[in-house]
Amino acid sequence: MSDSPIILKVEGLSKYFGGIKAIDNVDIDIRQGEIVALIGPNGAGKTTFFNCLTGIYTPTAGDIYLSDPRNGKTTRLNGKKPNKITEIGMARTFQNIRLFPTMSVLENVMIGRHCRTKALIFGAVFRNKATRIEETQIIERSYELLKKIGLHRQVNEEARNLSYGAQRRLEIGRALATDPFLLLLDEPAAGMNPKETEALVALIREICAEGHSILLIEHDMKLVMSLSDRIFVMDYGKKIAQGTPEEVRENPAVIKAYLGEDVDA
Amino acid sequence: MFPVKELKRSALTSLWFAFLTFPIMVVKVDPIERVVSWRWDNMFFIAFGSFVFSILAKVFIIQKERRASKKKQKTISEPLVQRIVREPRFLYPLALACFIFGISFPFLFSTYQTNIMTTALMYVVLGLGLNIVVGVAGLLDLGYVAFYAVGAYSYALLNYNFDMGFWTVLPIGGLLAALLGIILGFPVLRLRGDYLAIVTLGFGEIIRLVLENWNDFSQGPSGIANIPRPSFFGMDMTFAGGITYIYYIILVLVVLTIFVVNRLQNSRLGRAWLALREDEIACEAMGIDKTKTKLIAFSLGAFWAGFVGVIFAAKTTFVNPASFTFLESAIILSIVVLGGMGSIIGVVIGALILILLPEYLRALSEYRMLAFGAILVVMMVFKPGGIISNVRRNYKFKGLSVVEGKNNE
Amino acid sequence: MDYFIELLFAGLTRGSIYALIALGYTMVYGIIGLINFAHGEIYMIGAFTSFIVATVLSIYGFPLLAIVIIAAVAAAVWSSAYGFTVEKLAYRPLRKAPRLAPLISAIGMSIFLQNYVLLAQTSDFLPFPELIPEFAFMEPVAHIVGSSDMVILVTTAIVMIALTCLIKFTKIGKAMRATAQDKTMAVLVGVNVDRVISATFIIGSALAAIGGLLIASHIGQINFYIGFLAGIKAFTAAVLGGIGSIPGAVLGSLVLGLTESFATGYISSDYEDVFAFSLLVLILIFKPSGLLGKTETKKV
Repeated sequence: MSDSPIILKVEGLSKYFGGIKAIDNVDIDIRQGEIVALIGPNGAGKTTFFNCLTGIYTPTAGDIYLSDPRNGKTTRLNGKKPNKITEIGMARTFQNIRLFPTMSVLENVMIGRHCRTKALIFGAVFRNKATRIEETQIIERSYELLKKIGLHRQVNEEARNLSYGAQRRLEIGRALATDPFLLLLDEPAAGMNPKETEALVALIREICAEGHSILLIEHDMKLVMSLSDRIFVMDYGKKIAQGTPEEVRENPAVIKAYLGEDVDA
Repeated sequence: MFPVKELKRSALTSLWFAFLTFPIMVVKVDPIERVVSWRWDNMFFIAFGSFVFSILAKVFIIQKERRASKKKQKTISEPLVQRIVREPRFLYPLALACFIFGISFPFLFSTYQTNIMTTALMYVVLGLGLNIVVGVAGLLDLGYVAFYAVGAYSYALLNYNFDMGFWTVLPIGGLLAALLGIILGFPVLRLRGDYLAIVTLGFGEIIRLVLENWNDFSQGPSGIANIPRPSFFGMDMTFAGGITYIYYIILVLVVLTIFVVNRLQNSRLGRAWLALREDEIACEAMGIDKTKTKLIAFSLGAFWAGFVGVIFAAKTTFVNPASFTFLESAIILSIVVLGGMGSIIGVVIGALILILLPEYLRALSEYRMLAFGAILVVMMVFKPGGIISNVRRNYKFKGLSVVEGKNNE
Repeated sequence: MDYFIELLFAGLTRGSIYALIALGYTMVYGIIGLINFAHGEIYMIGAFTSFIVATVLSIYGFPLLAIVIIAAVAAAVWSSAYGFTVEKLAYRPLRKAPRLAPLISAIGMSIFLQNYVLLAQTSDFLPFPELIPEFAFMEPVAHIVGSSDMVILVTTAIVMIALTCLIKFTKIGKAMRATAQDKTMAVLVGVNVDRVISATFIIGSALAAIGGLLIASHIGQINFYIGFLAGIKAFTAAVLGGIGSIPGAVLGSLVLGLTESFATGYISSDYEDVFAFSLLVLILIFKPSGLLGKTETKKV
């Protein structure tokens, strides 16, 4: 794995809110095909980190570089708008689920195809051939993705009527619809029962096997330890450790950060 | 079924309203003649009315709760109107019947009636245009009337200064309004929803005040008169003929608007608008260009208002700034809110109810604006979805081959 | 120089009135995040109530001082009652609804109240009785500063001080500040949020009513439509100062009043309202947090 190209490189990333250093000089890199976990106690700055990567916050200092393994193009993400970043090829899910609640399951995924399709007013009104083909492709591709995440029987259900676990899966499906090469998952297993978590692990493995790289924030240590190739640990906005699951497990700084929490759970 | 406790509450409510409305409703003074008239009968009406209304509201809330708990068990059946709208085999014949009725209207009724219907249809188009902005894309535009004014003044001024005809100005008016929409939209569309509402309101008022004060340009409050009606291949028409002609123009525009809006709603763009209404941050994360998508909705809505503005100027043959106050925006907003945000049929019905009812029930016309205000409040509190809420489109799949689902509208 | 001072005082007077209304906007916004569009109408109802009460009393031959006091109290009481009722009917049921729903409801309320007064009273301009006499001691400066300007300034100052004390030192004031900071937390520590919100509406409405009484007697006439423009301008002032901030509302109001006064005095009065609206649009576009407001960070 260590020989595959680096697709995300974060150097000295900092984000201050007034005097609070939510993220303080963090370096991270992710290689093509890896599953990397970002862990740390509550309030460590993990979600803020995600928000900086995806353009929702502008970082105070530092650089973020994203390289598309499909064409080798490298882009500096600082100051780019969230939609541009998604277009380049990094998609995310949200910790507190942010689906489009009154739109149908299928439409939620179809929205993900937005940045890969083109039709505007003209196409919509005249429904020319190109638009019709595009629309069919959007629907087919979305349906395929729904099959993969196991929601194809609920295509016309409103997203808000899904169970919690299904909503989390739908968020993953929606993010996948944007054709990302790097997928950021913010606590994908939160609120899931053990059976759902198991299915999620399988799904993440499958997504990874298809060539997507994954960066995930997670509190479920069992999931993190079994799934990740490498782990970064944050505490109080700083990166305090990194390495393979075994290395991180043994790291005294990590144990101290979690202070009494059962890291081996 | 109605407990004594609730009756007591309603009695208290009615007492409270009797007190609340006492100075305004009961006392009326004439400061010149220095006489006071005490209108105690009003107090009785208020007390009685609020008593009845509070009971009705309570009943409605109880029913709503009961329905909501039923909904969880998924046994609820859709209301009848909604089902008719959903089923093509009911909808298409119905639409056809409406269309035939629309075409034969000038033959069946007097010129006076046709004129009223023309006004109503103008509001249908305005409502559908604002529906794109407010209902579908979720951008509360309180200055919609400004774009309407741009259309109307485009025709008035281009005709007055350059002698341009109706058909030439019709697209120009729409485009000018859309252009203004883009120019205004660019800085303001990144604002949060409620600020956007206030900015558009301020903008609408600025346009009106400029028209009122810039005498050299717009002839001030007195407005521009003698705007010609549209010509029919260069032929002059009788007064009645002209009215009928405009009626058909607006009827065609209604059909066209319904067609376009329906197609837009079920397109890539329409989905993006809906998604934007529900969650902007998620939208951006899904790669949707927020500003661009909003701008398209905003200027498209403006385009329609400009269109109708031109027709308005041609119909009344006279424009002045007083036709474009904030209240006009509020009326169009009421249409969208009453009809059901995002729902085409809802907006059509909403416009017809709100514009025709006060015309035909003269007794009601005095209470028109009062009712518009009340509608906005009551709809928001009791039925935010409107009379016909927008139904999402259904898709059917057989294996992987895609079968286009039925349309909701 | 006299002209300058005259404009200065006219601006301060204007600003004071805006401040009395702007406080209601800012307090409500601070607590429930709603632009209470109907607030201008509450002010209009305050002016109408004081008009009705004052005229009735003067017809029945009450002494001036009694008229002033009773009219002021009546205006405050009824405006508060309206504010309280409006919140309960039109906003409370929508507390958990999407952000635009209560705003649309507020717009509806505003239109409703305007037309309610129009129908129940009249659409004509009504002459407001003269409640503020020309004081003898103001004689030497009367050509620059009128007695009613003075009364408005002094009253506003007293009201502001009273409001500051109320918010700083009373229990309800503390509860209001707590609710404004974090509603959920306030509930957890036992603040009755419903009551705090009602109190906010009542206080804001009473202030607007006093503003209504003062401006009506200053200008000398009222009609049902005065609330719309005054409301928008006061809102502009609140945003200018930083909506949600009480000192901001006062500062913004004085700035707006002064600029309007000088602009109409030295430039032209034709575009007076265009000027206020343009200011509103420009602030919202370029500095929506206002002079004293804090910028919001979006929560994801």
